[in-house]
This record gives sequence, C-alpha cells and structure tokens, in this order.
Amino acid sequence: MNAQDHNRRIARWLLIPSVVALFIWMAVPLGMTIYYSFQDYNLLMPGFRQFAGFGNYQYFFSDPSFIAGLTNTLVLVGSVLLITIVLGTLIAVVIDQPFYGRNIARVLIIAPFFIMPTVNALIWKNLIFHPVNGLSAFISNLIGTTPIDWFSQYPMLAIIIIVSWQWMPFAILILMTALQSMDQDQVEAARLEGAGPVDIFRHIAIPHLQRPLIIVIMIETIFLLTIFAEIYITTGGGPGTQTTNLAYLIFQQALLQFDVGMASAGGIVAVILANIVAIFLIRVVGKTLAEH
Amino acid sequence: MKLHSQKVAKELTATVLCWAIALLIFFPIFWMVLTSLKTEIQAISMPPQLFFKPTLENYIGIFERSNYTRFAWNSVVIALGSSIIGLLLAVPAAYAMAFYPSKRTKGTLLWMLSTKMMPPVGVLIPIYLLFRDTGLLDSRLGLIIIFALMNLPIMIWMIYTYFREIPTEILEAGRMDGVDTRQEIMTIILPISMGGIASSFLLAVILSWNEAFWSLNLTASKAAPLTAFIASYSNPEGLFWARLSAASTLAVAPIVIFGWLSMKQLVRGLTFGAVK
Repeated sequence: MNAQDHNRRIARWLLIPSVVALFIWMAVPLGMTIYYSFQDYNLLMPGFRQFAGFGNYQYFFSDPSFIAGLTNTLVLVGSVLLITIVLGTLIAVVIDQPFYGRNIARVLIIAPFFIMPTVNALIWKNLIFHPVNGLSAFISNLIGTTPIDWFSQYPMLAIIIIVSWQWMPFAILILMTALQSMDQDQVEAARLEGAGPVDIFRHIAIPHLQRPLIIVIMIETIFLLTIFAEIYITTGGGPGTQTTNLAYLIFQQALLQFDVGMASAGGIVAVILANIVAIFLIRVVGKTLAEH
Repeated sequence: MKLHSQKVAKELTATVLCWAIALLIFFPIFWMVLTSLKTEIQAISMPPQLFFKPTLENYIGIFERSNYTRFAWNSVVIALGSSIIGLLLAVPAAYAMAFYPSKRTKGTLLWMLSTKMMPPVGVLIPIYLLFRDTGLLDSRLGLIIIFALMNLPIMIWMIYTYFREIPTEILEAGRMDGVDTRQEIMTIILPISMGGIASSFLLAVILSWNEAFWSLNLTASKAAPLTAFIASYSNPEGLFWARLSAASTLAVAPIVIFGWLSMKQLVRGLTFGAVK
C-alpha cells in the first residue's frame, strides 16, 4: 500500500495550485474591500484618507438608492428565474416530442445563450424596443395602440425581458436533455393505465427534472445576481433608480463618483447578500450531489 | 390506418408549434443579421422592410473605420488564454479530488463553487487599484488572469463529474501494470474523458468571450475585447442601426457558430452529471 500512499501525496500536490489560486482570488480582494469600507477614501481627493468607522455603511444604508438597489436586485433575479423556469420547462416538454427539423429548431432555440450581453442589450434597445423605429412600435401601430416607450415606462420589465431571453435557452436545453433520459417504459405504463399528459408531466416528468432544475437555478442565480452590462447599456440604472441593482449602484459609486470607501461598503453588502443566497443554494446542491 | 394518420396529424401540429417557438426565440438574432445588410435609411424605415436589396457596405465600413480586428484579436487571445490556464489548473485538481477523495473533498468542492457566488462588484475596487498599481490595467494579461480564476470553479466541477464516471477498475488495472500518476492521467484518464474536458473548455471560452463586467471596467483602448467594442455603440453612434447590427453580428458570429458546433458536448457537461 506504499504506492497508494505515494500517489495520494502526489494527488494532494495536484490540488494545491487551484486551492491556492482560488483562495488568493477570494481572500486578498475581499480583505482589501473590507479594509477600504472602513476608510474615508475618495480617488478625487488624493492624500486624504482616514479611518471612518461604520460611516460608509451608515451612508450606504441611509442612501435611498440602497433599498432601491436591493429590491431591484431581488426583483430581477426572482422574475427572470420564474420566467425562465416556468416557460423553459413548458417549452422543453413541447419540443421534446418528435417533429420535423427538430435538430435545426434546437440550434435556433439555443442561440441567444451564446450572444454576449452587450450585443443582446443593444439589439433589444434599438431594433426592438425603440419607441419610434423599433419593431414593438411597429406592432403597436399595427394593432392601433400607442407605442410603448419601454425604457421610460416599464424599464424594469424591459430588462427582465431582455435577460430572460438570454437565459431561457439555457433552461430549455438542460431540461430537454434531462427529459430525453426519462424512462419511456414508465411513461408507457402510466399511459396504459389511463394517465393523461398532465398526469405524466406532474408525476413522472417533474420528479425526474428535480435535479436538473436545481442545477439551472444555481447557475442562473450565480449570473443573475451580478447582471451589469444589460443595465449599463440600456437604462444606465434609470430612470431615477428604477433599474439600479446593487452591482450597478456600486459601480456608480466606485468608477463614476470615485468614492472607494462607500463603494467598498456597498461591495461588502453585496457579498453578504450573495452569501445568504449561496448558503441556501450550496446546501441544496451539496445534498443532491451527495446522493449521486 | 386511422391510427397512422392520427400520428402524422399530431406530428404536424407539433412541428408547427415547435417551429413557431423556435422562430420566435431566434427572431431578434435574425432581425439583427437582416438589419446589418440594410442601408441606414432602410434600417430605420417604418414599416420595417423585410425585402430589400442587401448590401455589404456596413461590414466594409467597420473594417475600414474601426479597429475591429484588434478588438477581435483581443477577444481571441483572452478567451483562449484564460481557458487554457483554467484547464491546466482544473484537470489536476479534479483528478486529485475524483480519484483520491478525502473527508474534506466535498467541502473543498463546495467552497470552490462558493467563490463563484462572490459578486464581482464586491472586489472591483481592490482589483482595479491593484491592477492600476501593477500596470495590469487595460492589459490582456490582466483579463486572462481574472477570467481563468473566474471560470476555474465551474471547470473543476465539470471535469470532476466526468472523472467520477470513470470506472476505478480501469485505473487499478493500470496501477497493477505499474503506471505512475503522470502516465495514468495522460494515457488512461485524458483519452477517456476527452469529451468532458472539451466541454468544460468550450464553456470557459464562451463565458470569457461574452464576459462584460470586468472587460468594461478594466480595459480602455489597448486590451478591450469585443464586448467593450460593442458597448461603445451605446453612445449616439448607436443611432446608426445598420452599422451597429453589422458590428454586433461580427462580434457574436464566431462564438455562436462555435457554440452550435459544440452544443452536444456543452449541454452534457453543463448538467454536471445531474442527467445521465
């Protein structure tokens, strides 16, 4: 068993580079952010820097845009998750049945997932949602209603639509792959006993999709918590703070107002929020994968 | 006979419905490509034009007036560079955890995933200041490092789930024959799990290519990849829709085609072993 121990030691060395890299990547910046969050530090006032206690946190929490940022973050993540999961599951079930040209249709459906967020946002902002020349304006004129100015009338809804369009293909694809691995004998048996499509969906498909759904929710949440480019390009957080999520709020404070202290305090708040979500998610994921 | 025609009718209905969904989802991309082939006047005309004489003028204009090729080259170097580094770190780590699991393996894996949960804004300031002081600001190397670390946890997870599917008997047989760790990885494990490794590499390339937070905040003109190039169209220049569409098409085409070609691998990898 000496060789086994030897191999085990080698294996440990193989793991170390990744662990060290990730640890540095996490700990150093995080430590610095915590440090800065207790400092009065603005890049516009070089040389001036002092201990601020919890001042930055106080300012950040009392800033009305903080509550807006927090709410907007949760609304955005929640709505997109809801839309992509519900619609994604339905569409996955629909396109799982045999039809002509299925492979090509699948290729078309997955495409939005590969589009970079900046392009995605610009296409929707100009070609589709533009209140005068966009397609949505054209459709409104066609059916005789006043064109909607999406980004000033329903800015958050517009962003939710844009982001959902990008992430729904991801959900569809994962769920569709999962459905294909479903036990067909079981479905057939249920059908012979008189189960309708709804029964089959509820009692066979949904339990079968549980694990893939958890994966989809986890990956989407990771990315949705930090949505940035879509807001940066379309609304710039506005009108007012209607579409400012935490990521964008901190960006504004850091790189537009150069307030390092305050932005760092905001960053720490964002990290804490993400961790609350993460603890929950990781527990669920850990449990599902342990059964594996 | 009746049963057969019923089946055909059902399949036809499904075809119509599914294609309607597919075309609806794909429509914005189709419209972008179509607009890129119009003149500026046609692009904003009301009602929108579906039939027109296509022109390549916008594409030619982009190559003449902007440094598209430089941005594209930055994207290629950054995406490939970071994914290769990620792979070099991830394969050994996944190997160690999959074949020599210890009490701490599960905890380590979850901890790695949890680093992914840290929102980039939380560490934007220190990274920005560190980069400013070390000259990494607006450099390709800077983004390569960040993207490699950013995608590392997902790469490790994906490769780990693939390694776990390798039957241990194969490895034991090899060990009986006296192969060492390096040979084991190179001659037994890598060939078996090539598909899985490829899919995690592909995902890393796609995520790096499309990443917009760090590339917008840490680059200016020298190292800016295509995400930043496209973002510059959000200013009034973006009113030139045809040119915007052409630039966008150029920016997404490589990765969309790349993604389509590798879709099967990618999907299997993305389910993290949750789907057999």
